[in-house]
Amino acid sequence: MKVLVAVKRVIDYNVKVRVKPDNTGVDLANVKMAMNPFCEIAVEEAVRLKEKGVASEIVVVSMGPKACQEQIRTALALGADRGIHVETEDDVQSLDAAKLLKAVVEKEEPKLVILGKQSIDTDNNQTGQMLAALTGMGQGTFASEVVVEGEKVNVTREVDGGLMTVALNLPAVVTTDLRLNEPRYASLPNIMKAKKKPLDAMSPADLGVEVAPRLSTLKVEAPATRQAGVKVEDVAELVDKLKNEAKVI
Amino acid sequence: MSILVIAEHDNSTLNQATLNVVAAAKAIGGDIDVLVAGENCGAVGEAAAKADGVAKVLVADNAAYGHFLAENLGELIAELGKGYSHVLAAAGTNGKDFMPRVAALLDVAQVSDIIRVESEDTFARPIYAGNAIATVKASDSIKVVTVRPTAFDPVAAEGGSAAVEQVDVVKDAGVSAFVSEQMAESDRPDLASAGIVISGGRGMQNGENFKMLEQVADLLGAGIGASRAAVDAGFVPNDMQVGQTGKIVAPQLYIAVGISGAIQHLAGMSDSKVIVAINKDEEAPIFQVADYGLVADLFEAVPQLEEELKKVL
Repeated sequence: MKVLVAVKRVIDYNVKVRVKPDNTGVDLANVKMAMNPFCEIAVEEAVRLKEKGVASEIVVVSMGPKACQEQIRTALALGADRGIHVETEDDVQSLDAAKLLKAVVEKEEPKLVILGKQSIDTDNNQTGQMLAALTGMGQGTFASEVVVEGEKVNVTREVDGGLMTVALNLPAVVTTDLRLNEPRYASLPNIMKAKKKPLDAMSPADLGVEVAPRLSTLKVEAPATRQAGVKVEDVAELVDKLKNEAKVI
Repeated sequence: MSILVIAEHDNSTLNQATLNVVAAAKAIGGDIDVLVAGENCGAVGEAAAKADGVAKVLVADNAAYGHFLAENLGELIAELGKGYSHVLAAAGTNGKDFMPRVAALLDVAQVSDIIRVESEDTFARPIYAGNAIATVKASDSIKVVTVRPTAFDPVAAEGGSAAVEQVDVVKDAGVSAFVSEQMAESDRPDLASAGIVISGGRGMQNGENFKMLEQVADLLGAGIGASRAAVDAGFVPNDMQVGQTGKIVAPQLYIAVGISGAIQHLAGMSDSKVIVAINKDEEAPIFQVADYGLVADLFEAVPQLEEELKKVL
């Protein structure tokens, strides 16, 4: 079966995020960018499904400026077969991302679509669910285990109270949580090979989608910072302070 | 304006987070209805009717909603939501699952995890793991919003007397089914609403050592949490994770034991009123946010803490 994986280019998770002095956003000039960590887990899961013989082809898609092709190439180096880049300079918000992905799904007809549960820039946690709704597919969000059996996929989900397993008809959407797998690193020979793998570029208009942001960001501010308090000498002093100074016990 | 709040519950009891979401709805202003969708969930509907500020409770009681499957709830809420200016739910794993589906079916944007209401269409929300706070304005006619419960003081659970109406809309998308669940059984307070939380990190070394924290938690009536590192290492299950992608907590007292204080963890607990850090590494970033820091070996400090607490409690 064919598996479609969506990946997003975001600020590298090791980079210290700085709010711009004019409060219009976060400073991304000359900052290291990378594949969103949850998307890496999505790629890894697809590659493992292929290694198990469950997946036959892995198509990776990303949306955004030209530079997104770096992240598509990374996914190709990790084991994806083919890339699709939907090129746009516009702000692609979750609903538009879902509409673009729906158009790609209609073209490619994958049995399984795997996405990260959220991106570490906007922290929205929306696109996979929106894609599932627009295509009428079932969704296994925050997945910690994915088992394909015949025409169904069983997804174990990390939920507030523990774990929950759902069975979804295929085709279905899965969004990854942290403990689904540990992504591998791309080897140098595979990075070289990835350069020769096919990568199609297209525009939102080619897919019949108009990118139209619904949310406008009025300002971005640094959060209120906590001041470091005091160091206590021992446990007795700690308990005394909690009881008599902070009055929380 | 009219606001539909989706109740968080387990078919028998109303989760307190619902009261926090009603508080966010009050901050927006307008009539507030609460939808209780589930199976055999009549008692939850009655509890919701008593919450302060609720005008009407809608109860959709059907097997299709028993396990809160997003495919079915999404269709139900999208249909009912058409009559409202806002649809709100708690940003827990249920709300995060079904609300984007609701938004997509209504062809509107969702505003996730708000921490402040600026006006009826403008909200503040954390981005970049809480490293920045964005103020966003939604232009759609229906605002679909998830709310961070700890950011809003709950409305009173008693005192209201809303009308309760049955909703007979049954939506079964037929694409998903519940198989099983493994829920943590615990007599301890729920992590997200506990007044005191004690959490362990990688420094705990193994799951067995969390028993030390349990003894302290029992004395304090505290919930027990963990850092991502402790969950990833397999010490404790995922539902204990506090942080950006785990649970967001804001108790009166948060005790971090053997936790270094990665930004992802701080994103989940830095709104706590009082933070205590116990760590043997005095350079650990957790001390930069702690009100009281104790540089000590946790294997000595935690048993001492238990003894000292026994003296004063």
